Amino acid sequence: MKSLAELAAIRDKMKDKVVLREGTNDTRIVVGMATCGIAAGARPVLSAFVESVNREGLADRVTVSQTGCIGICQYEPVVEVFQPGKEKVTYVKMTAEKADRVVKEHIKGGKVVEEYTIAKNA
Amino acid sequence: MKELSLNVLDIAKNSVKARATLIRISLEERAGVLTLVIADDGCGMKPEILEGVMNPFYTTRTTRKVGMGIPLLKLAAEQTGGSVTIVSRHEDDHPDDHGTEVTATFHTDHIDFTPIGDLPSTMETLIMGSPDIDFLFTHHSEKLHVELDTREMREILGPDVPLDSYEVIEWIGGSLREQYEASI
Repeated sequence: MKSLAELAAIRDKMKDKVVLREGTNDTRIVVGMATCGIAAGARPVLSAFVESVNREGLADRVTVSQTGCIGICQYEPVVEVFQPGKEKVTYVKMTAEKADRVVKEHIKGGKVVEEYTIAKNA
Repeated sequence: MKELSLNVLDIAKNSVKARATLIRISLEERAGVLTLVIADDGCGMKPEILEGVMNPFYTTRTTRKVGMGIPLLKLAAEQTGGSVTIVSRHEDDHPDDHGTEVTATFHTDHIDFTPIGDLPSTMETLIMGSPDIDFLFTHHSEKLHVELDTREMREILGPDVPLDSYEVIEWIGGSLREQYEASI
């Protein structure tokens, strides 16, 4: 049973970490989570991004967040990647597997996964 | 929606937009009927808005936050012979006691009952998206007794550990999944 004591242990562990949030060099991954996104499968996509970012050790410079309807419901699940000094990248018809690849190749490796972008799918 | 847990996620997001500080999500299963309640202390809706939320085509630009969410929940409930009711008190008219309560009932043995699905993932997603809002989640049936109260968690975590920390989100999902498994 995940106990409240376990939660206290998480607290004690995290006290020692210096939390640097909302830094200017952050990469932001934004997942559309309105009715259209949720119905199309955005929830597992979001979970996959969160897990993958943490697994790849990118959590201190990458934030994963949720937003409403981006306005291109037919392409949901839609994910936007914002990086300072770079043009926004919009990924469409995402899945958990695609999310993992985007984290590895784009967020970590610096190379946009062109085949998942809206430009290649419109 | 493929799972009711996705409707729960979608409807609870309306409470987030209504600036709720506490969102209560409860599922009670008794004698073949599932009652889902999503209640918040947000800004509430005026009667003329409330009248329109059941109709997907009522939505205009200024009220588009309502959209398809409620109609999809209504469809999921009514196709089992159940129903959706919404009670709402707008903050202008009820400054001390405002908010919205959405209640949906489902006949769980009906062939068109949508599976409940992955509620732990829904709670993880909601709390990740709104770590400053409190959530009280309960799911009870003859066999099930699942609960999560973020206020209780906050008391332990203190002010420095946000609820959207990866470790905390993992704990939330893990705790809920264990409670479901323990009940089977």
